[in-house]
Amino acid sequence: MREITYRQALNEALAEELERDPNVFLMGEEVAEYHGAYKVSQGLLDRFGPKRIIDTPISENGFAGLGVGAAMVGLRPIIEFMTFSFSLVAFDQVVNNAPNMFTMSGGQFNIPITFRGPNGPAHQLGATHSHATEPLYANAPGLKVCTPATPRDAKGLLKTAVRDDNPVLVLEAELLYSSKGMVEPPDVELLIPLGEAEVKREGSDVSIICYAQTVPLAIAVAAQLEEEDISAEIVDLRSIKPLDEKAIFDSVVKTHRVVIVEQDRPFCGVGAEVCYRIQKNIFDELDAPIIRVSQEDVPLPYNERLEKAVLPNADKLIAAVKKVCYA
Amino acid sequence: MQRPEQRDEVEMLALMLLIRRFEERASQQYQAQKIGGFCHLYIGQEAVVAGAIAAVRDGDYIITAYRDHAHALARGTSADACMAELFGKETGCSRGLGGSMHFFDRSRHMYGGHAIVGAHVPLAAGMAFASKYRGEDRVTLCFFGDGAINQGSFHEALNLMALYKLPIVLICENNLFAMGTSVKRSTSLKQIVDRAEGYDIPGEIVDGMNFREVRDKLAEIVSSIRKDPHPAFVEIRTYRYRGHSMSDPASYRTKEELEKYRLDDPITRLRAQLTREGKLTNEQFDQIDKKAKETVLASVKFAEKSPELSLEKLYDYTYVNRAVAAGGSPAKNKSSAANPAATTG
Repeated sequence: MREITYRQALNEALAEELERDPNVFLMGEEVAEYHGAYKVSQGLLDRFGPKRIIDTPISENGFAGLGVGAAMVGLRPIIEFMTFSFSLVAFDQVVNNAPNMFTMSGGQFNIPITFRGPNGPAHQLGATHSHATEPLYANAPGLKVCTPATPRDAKGLLKTAVRDDNPVLVLEAELLYSSKGMVEPPDVELLIPLGEAEVKREGSDVSIICYAQTVPLAIAVAAQLEEEDISAEIVDLRSIKPLDEKAIFDSVVKTHRVVIVEQDRPFCGVGAEVCYRIQKNIFDELDAPIIRVSQEDVPLPYNERLEKAVLPNADKLIAAVKKVCYA
Repeated sequence: MQRPEQRDEVEMLALMLLIRRFEERASQQYQAQKIGGFCHLYIGQEAVVAGAIAAVRDGDYIITAYRDHAHALARGTSADACMAELFGKETGCSRGLGGSMHFFDRSRHMYGGHAIVGAHVPLAAGMAFASKYRGEDRVTLCFFGDGAINQGSFHEALNLMALYKLPIVLICENNLFAMGTSVKRSTSLKQIVDRAEGYDIPGEIVDGMNFREVRDKLAEIVSSIRKDPHPAFVEIRTYRYRGHSMSDPASYRTKEELEKYRLDDPITRLRAQLTREGKLTNEQFDQIDKKAKETVLASVKFAEKSPELSLEKLYDYTYVNRAVAAGGSPAKNKSSAANPAATTG
């Protein structure tokens, strides 16, 4: 194991998959000559050439659709959105074309495509550039959605996504590109299955269910809670769809108390689905109502103080944990 | 591989007749409520698809919008599979999961059947991109209506096609109306073909009521694309005799206009050309027409007695192979239809 950044981990995953399969190509805005707006594709143009690392004009709908069409005839495109906030311009291709094709063609055309890029609120980018798109895409049958929070998960999930025969969205955490973590050496094939959550920290008093940018938040809060004799278990969903019900239920059966901390908005958010499944399947295991900590239900303000007030934070999460623990 | 110019014209006339009889029968079955959803008929436009198909090889890619029955038939999808699809049956070309607007036939390189106006034009760019990526000399034919040319996806895709020099023919089937809105009321150009100029794509106007003109013009364009990959645009002027869909009485146009086009009917015209040249007798024509009617009638019987997809297979067509259903548990049935390799090109 060695320590690398989230950004490097993604870069390794791309390079390894490009190396392995000549049908894989990377396309998007600024991915080639600029090396990626967030430098995730650093060095790939030099290594794989302009045939496989392809800059596009600012035409998200156009190049997302081009990817879907190329996948129909057997290529395995990786389409980068400079941010998933811009994927909304390509919503029709991602939601109407990519996942529907397999059904509408009676199983003749599966779409082995990966859509990837930064997702979720970053810092003071305003409402248009701060979308957490996971509930939008998880709502579309036929899509798979994963949300890595660590360099290791980023590498393993992206590699799996590229090999999946269905359309997969890898929603990278915009704020975590420079974060570091331990990852297996490059000669070890690292594949993390879609649909498997991971307990990032064991605990006995409360389950904190989180994903993407709320994972480091939950880990930091768990350390604080430890000082107050509250033992929090951290369940990182890693994939939103398919959802690892078993890992969630196993943790709840152990702790009987749940806080869901999510980076999206509350209405029809990821936590709403998780919450529904827990109460439907293991209602009797709960010792307290589930609490969700999410964004406030407003377009994200630019003003720094207001932005902080809208997003989940340590104070909100601690208060929620104490409430479900009746502490 | 048969060279396009050797395609038998009598055979292509038979195809046009098959399309017309199929659509007439579809109309009747729709009115009898055997067919659900929306149903858009191709009657009047037959020479466009027939001419285009006559100009390409079987391995070339074709993709179209929602007025797609004719494109599948032209590619050789059986009338049985097409009618069964309209009836929503498992024997349909999309197993009854697509319906009138979503005909697919992978084995014949028919890539749909797409119902969001303009949304398939980027897909066509991707198909052409893949041919070039693999160094193949395949050409993609992308059909769309005059309504699609004002959609953003169309413009983005044309720019990409020109930028990446993709081997594709953009075929605008200009039937003068986007649903009920005439080209004059929807498009800020005197002629649609001028759209192509904005992207440095060569464009031409073709008479869509004349099979031979469509075929010859397309053959010339396709041959130049095979030599040197690039996009090309044709505005094919045609006319649909029926409304936009089955529910449209087409009150936005005059009887005189319709009559004018009916007098220039593409089937009548090709028949006259062939008769004049001694290649077709009246008896032969009647025989071909009779056969088309019989084939279509048989397809209705086939569709009627075909089974529907069973409810147990409902989740088989959402995720391919190592499928995980939306509920989070692995799907019970592995789809036999799934093609995980997806290497057919």
